[in-house]
Amino acid sequence: MTATSDEECAMSGGVINTPQSVSLTVPSQPKYLFVIRSALYPLILDAGFSKKEARKVILAVDEACSNIIKHAYAGDPGKTITVTVADTAERFTVRLRDFGRKADPAQIAPRKLEDVRPGGLGTHFMGMVFDTVHYDTSLEQGTLLTLEKRKQQVKA
Amino acid sequence: MNVEITTEKVGAGYLMLLKGDVDMNTSPDVRSNLGEVFKRGNAKALLINLSGVRYMDSSGIATLVEAMQNCMKQNMRLRLVDLSPPVRDVFEMARLSSIFEVFPTANEALAGL
Repeated sequence: MTATSDEECAMSGGVINTPQSVSLTVPSQPKYLFVIRSALYPLILDAGFSKKEARKVILAVDEACSNIIKHAYAGDPGKTITVTVADTAERFTVRLRDFGRKADPAQIAPRKLEDVRPGGLGTHFMGMVFDTVHYDTSLEQGTLLTLEKRKQQVKA
Repeated sequence: MNVEITTEKVGAGYLMLLKGDVDMNTSPDVRSNLGEVFKRGNAKALLINLSGVRYMDSSGIATLVEAMQNCMKQNMRLRLVDLSPPVRDVFEMARLSSIFEVFPTANEALAGL
């Protein structure tokens, strides 16, 4: 896990008020999903969210990572997923970078909850938990998924 | 992260106890253990105790929905017991609380079978 602090940005000539961010890269294997969950939990609490809210954020991010393993990499265990978390006064942002098959936002739709059947819930959870779910497929390779949650929703 | 699965015969049914994380990595193990129970059959109900589940994702939900469908095929009742807070959260988000029969204890789940 790498952290970029304000101090480091200032030392390297960056903007002093650059928000703090933390990055973690894991292999594209289901057994590493818990590593992402474990790393996220204290960061979400530190951002001011409640434990219940933290569990929901983790669920949504975990579902996004599962989708990358299943769809972007089609189960190939030899790839990577990089998770970057940025926390500012206004918002909590999670970025997921993969280098697999590009996501097609037009094809990504949550299923109706009344339609009780296995599968299709991950996208629903992402939309429910985050204010913004944005797929950037303009990169040369893969997709950058940005999940953003506004801070005014943080409950005391 | 693993999931511990233990299954025992209790009264008119089977009681499966799950402990750990039920996610994309471990759901296939849970599904496989459920398959064994359905193969044995000869029970009125399948009880799944979820008090020890630290985390459950949509693959865990899918596994439970499949279990419910298999129970219906075998004329068995599926009853969930003592949901942990993370499981309650995901049930709430997926609006599943009214789909499954949920009981606070195994004894209460076994009553009336």
